[in-house]
Amino acid sequence: MDFFDILVSILGSTIRLSVPLVFTALAGLFSERAGVFDIGLEGKMLAAAFSAACVAYITASPWLGLVAGIGVSVAFSLLHGFASITNRGNQIVSGVAINFVVAGLTIVLGQAWFGQGGRTPQLLPQGRFSPIILPGVEALRGIPVIGPLYANVISGNNILTYMAFLAVPISWWILYRTRFGLRLRAVGENPGAVDTAGISVTWLRYRAVICAGILCGFSGTYLAVAQSAAFIKDMSAGKGYIALAALIFAKWKPVPVMFACLLFGFLDAFANFMQGKSVPLIGEVPVQIFQALPYVLTCILLAGFIGVANPPKAGGVPYTKER
Amino acid sequence: MNTASLPLPGWITFGLIPLINLVLAFFFSGLVVWFIGENPFDALALMLEGALGSGEGIGFTLYFATNFIFTGLSVAVAIHAGLFNIGSEGQAYVGGLGAALVALSLDHYVPWYVTMPFAILGAALFGAGWAFIPAFLQAKRGSHIVITTIMFNFIGAALMVYLLVNVLIVPGKMAPETRTFLEGGQLPKLDWLMALFGLKLGPAPFNVSFLVALVMCVVVWALIWRTKLGYEMRTLGVSPSAAVYAGIPYARTVIIAMLISGGLAGMMALNPVLGSSGRLQVEFVGGAGFVGIAVSLMGRNHPAGIILAAILFGILYQGGDWVSFEMPNITREMIVVIQGLVILFAGALEYMARPALARLYYSMARKA
Amino acid sequence: MSQAPAIELVGIDKKFGAVHANKNINLAVAKGSIHGIIGENGAGKSTLMSILYGFYHADSGEIRVGGTPVTIRDSQAAINAGIGMVHQHFMLVENFTVLENLVLGAEGGMLLAGGVARARAELKRLAKDYGLEVDPDAVIEELPVGLQQRVEILKAMYRGAEILILDEPTGVLTPAEADHLFRILGVLRDQGKTVILITHKLREIMAITDTVSVMRRGEMVATRKTAETTVEELAELMVGRRVLLRVEKGEAKPGAVVLSVRNLTVKDGRGVTMVDNVSFDVRAGEIVGIAGVAGNGQSELLEAISGIRMPASGEILIDGEPIGKADPARLRDLGLAHIPEDRHHMGLVLRFEEYENAILGYHRDPKYGGLFLDLDAIRKDAIEKIEKYDIRPPNPRLRTANFSGGNQQKIVVAREIERDPKLLLIGQPTRGVDIGAIEFIHRRIIDMRDAGKAQLLVSVELDEIRALSDRILVMFAGQIVGEKTADAGEQTLGLMMAGIAA
Repeated sequence: MDFFDILVSILGSTIRLSVPLVFTALAGLFSERAGVFDIGLEGKMLAAAFSAACVAYITASPWLGLVAGIGVSVAFSLLHGFASITNRGNQIVSGVAINFVVAGLTIVLGQAWFGQGGRTPQLLPQGRFSPIILPGVEALRGIPVIGPLYANVISGNNILTYMAFLAVPISWWILYRTRFGLRLRAVGENPGAVDTAGISVTWLRYRAVICAGILCGFSGTYLAVAQSAAFIKDMSAGKGYIALAALIFAKWKPVPVMFACLLFGFLDAFANFMQGKSVPLIGEVPVQIFQALPYVLTCILLAGFIGVANPPKAGGVPYTKER
Repeated sequence: MNTASLPLPGWITFGLIPLINLVLAFFFSGLVVWFIGENPFDALALMLEGALGSGEGIGFTLYFATNFIFTGLSVAVAIHAGLFNIGSEGQAYVGGLGAALVALSLDHYVPWYVTMPFAILGAALFGAGWAFIPAFLQAKRGSHIVITTIMFNFIGAALMVYLLVNVLIVPGKMAPETRTFLEGGQLPKLDWLMALFGLKLGPAPFNVSFLVALVMCVVVWALIWRTKLGYEMRTLGVSPSAAVYAGIPYARTVIIAMLISGGLAGMMALNPVLGSSGRLQVEFVGGAGFVGIAVSLMGRNHPAGIILAAILFGILYQGGDWVSFEMPNITREMIVVIQGLVILFAGALEYMARPALARLYYSMARKA
Repeated sequence: MSQAPAIELVGIDKKFGAVHANKNINLAVAKGSIHGIIGENGAGKSTLMSILYGFYHADSGEIRVGGTPVTIRDSQAAINAGIGMVHQHFMLVENFTVLENLVLGAEGGMLLAGGVARARAELKRLAKDYGLEVDPDAVIEELPVGLQQRVEILKAMYRGAEILILDEPTGVLTPAEADHLFRILGVLRDQGKTVILITHKLREIMAITDTVSVMRRGEMVATRKTAETTVEELAELMVGRRVLLRVEKGEAKPGAVVLSVRNLTVKDGRGVTMVDNVSFDVRAGEIVGIAGVAGNGQSELLEAISGIRMPASGEILIDGEPIGKADPARLRDLGLAHIPEDRHHMGLVLRFEEYENAILGYHRDPKYGGLFLDLDAIRKDAIEKIEKYDIRPPNPRLRTANFSGGNQQKIVVAREIERDPKLLLIGQPTRGVDIGAIEFIHRRIIDMRDAGKAQLLVSVELDEIRALSDRILVMFAGQIVGEKTADAGEQTLGLMMAGIAA
């Protein structure tokens, strides 16, 4: 394999590995820009993956799987909202709780229903989102550089992949060009301003966490019904936290979020590629370096060495009217 | 403001409300059990029997509780200084390295009671070291400690896997773990303590670390409520502006509090590494750091409460194992569900029952 | 038939638990007038206005707008009824532009573009009609406070407010900004709008209002035509009896210079210069008072001298020795004590028990133990202070939050004075403190002076400054604009505080 083929293959898997990160980080974006910290992204993603896999298996329809994934993920969002918005509980603790409940429940239910040690049964091809070949692949095949890139990176992905990258401009548009977005950004900075403007802080924040739930539903579904063909226990494997890191790394802005996710996805793809390979002079680079790199980079950012990352001002603080 | 936010007597705040939350958590856990077709009451009976029905069960329960006391104390110390350390998991993991290095280098030469103090020190130093960077970033650069400690959990996990797979592994073996320590590197079990109560410990790994944990409870209690350092930490935790006024140095206090917190988390490694398996293994912490958050919350950040909450979670872990053994339909992960529900109800939904109780209490008080 | 009042409150009653915040309030505000509501802190003014703006719900009573009874369930209902409010703490989104803040909650459609364009046009019109000029694309956090307040007023106007409530609007303004605000309020009135001005500053009432209502301990005690009343009458109505802020004291006997401030410049967290090249001395045995409108740099001055805030430049000397970068702990060792302006956030930890607060800042003193706290010594010490200062209830184990304002302040005063410092910094010693405690605290301060201590007093209560000080420095816009003796007239000082005469 020459260098270019390797590059194309790494870029292709970068895209595939970035998709769940993009969905999840955008989910975090909606929630956190509204002032509700969400470390339960991981749990919501996992819950969505499990329910999507179950429903897709039973109905043989990936779309119904997606609906189920979104539904369950939104339900957990509402739970997070109930704890942290309605009851003014600690948002971090609520997120931790949801991650635990889901990590356990998916396996307990999976075992009880299917008896395969927490796995769900393998999906048939029609139960999955399969790759879409874009028009023009054959026509462009002969052109150097562009041809292979188009065929293997741009084309040949499943519908959810395209939706993920479409979700980025849509999220940007919602946040910066709509009434809902304006209010959402405002409530994350100064809920008092929103309240005195006659808007319900509670309802607004609930809508934000519901958005987060929907997006986590997409990412979980992608894991189980597009990338794989079944739910495997703990299949989110920390992606929720990487997405959180990407969100911070992107300073809570939608378009940078996409680039941060692509970067972290690339690190992942590169690590996979490097596994077992030896680099001249250095020797074999341990894969753990690539695993730790997103977190290390985020810490360096947080330390203020790559610009300043200002989280939404009212983030993590339940809103109470002052007396 | 209405009745719901009026003050309530201590027995409601510290007794009834936690109890209600716990009952709710178990109620929903019961629903899950019922949903998958088992009888929740049978499961509960099995759980209690497994956790408390025999000397071995109790031994296991207290073994698990020991882990949670350490991590609970770790979380509590940080909370008193106003810091939410959710990095106990990673600090315990790295602390295991400190403990193991001590055991590996001393076990040839000295008996366990010489190794132990050094192992405690090693574990605490490594745990504290892993807390230092997030602490420093919070103190000097204002980086949010919740986020940096999450990140450090993952960085720590990657580091430990690397070390176990590439450095500490026994040559020629497949399992990423150190060699088994000799007797000089293993902590003795507390069969004599169990024997005092007429119980037989059996194979349960209940060991001397438990006593270390209890000592640490006293030390933490004294630290928080009886030392000047504890006074400064509490002032900072409750009112950062008053701390500035009082000349309490922010950066120093934050860093010291986190070092102590990380040290306590690191000490947790003593129990599984030197007290049970006798070697350092991948993922030996197994979520105990996160359970520490729940334990500290439920125990109201007080060592006495932490001991009780840790034992409760110990019962959950050991009893849960027993249940999954006896009821194959319920897997061991049911523990994780219950744990999550306890964190949810005792932590995040802590105040859910309060408004209703307040109204009830005041309407009763009015009638009386 | 005469026109119905713009706003009428009938029998408004509100309790917070045991606190009766508003007792059977009746109030009528005439359309096209500026109506002042005056009262001490805690008299119930803000609660009443919060009810009017839908933040709280009255337990009983009726609100009428233009003669029609209305139910104001939330802020939206208040806005719909034509009521706008400028809060004491601005309700602005700091990283939004002026326009974005303006349209928030009144976007006029799902998409922003149309609403923003309309707001831009409307902003131009409002600027012209009322003299409310502000750059529509400026980001709020980059605007000075006075302009931020203008944005708040614009927000209300943009929503079509006919009635504008301003809650302590001048607290954060420089005198020039306050004057400008008053001119704007005058224009609004002339255009037929109704303005309700809540304040505890008598001067403002006299300067701008047509009618004034006085609140005291939750009750509306009187309503007067401003032209027909006097400052003295209003003051008496506010506190319920004639205040005698004269404290018996003899001649000061100033000794050696204890505190020297040389060319001190201090910036706040945003980098704005709050103290501008200030120099003065305080001698042993004298009280130097700093008079000034709140927000003219007094707070930052105290913070710099007490080591809480690092000065940008200049020097502070105690007994002729520069303090350099000494922190509050080191300064206490040098004999400095500090009664801070804000006892809730600085002077006390409200969740601590009383005895724990009695050592705050001095907790490292060996007499309270070494590594460990010597609880016996600390509690004994606390009980002594409780007795000497008549702190009630006399229980060192009680949570500090459960003491009244006056007793809380006594805990702070006892702690600082009983250290027997050579230099005492005093900020707002009697804010939110009952009359009895005021007299007690004033007496202690005079005793300290007579014992030969140097004291620097900052208070926004001019009467307090005049009653206690031996020398008065007037601070305006970060500078000391003049020095007067204690017998200087209120008028003279007032003009200096407003930056008009030196």
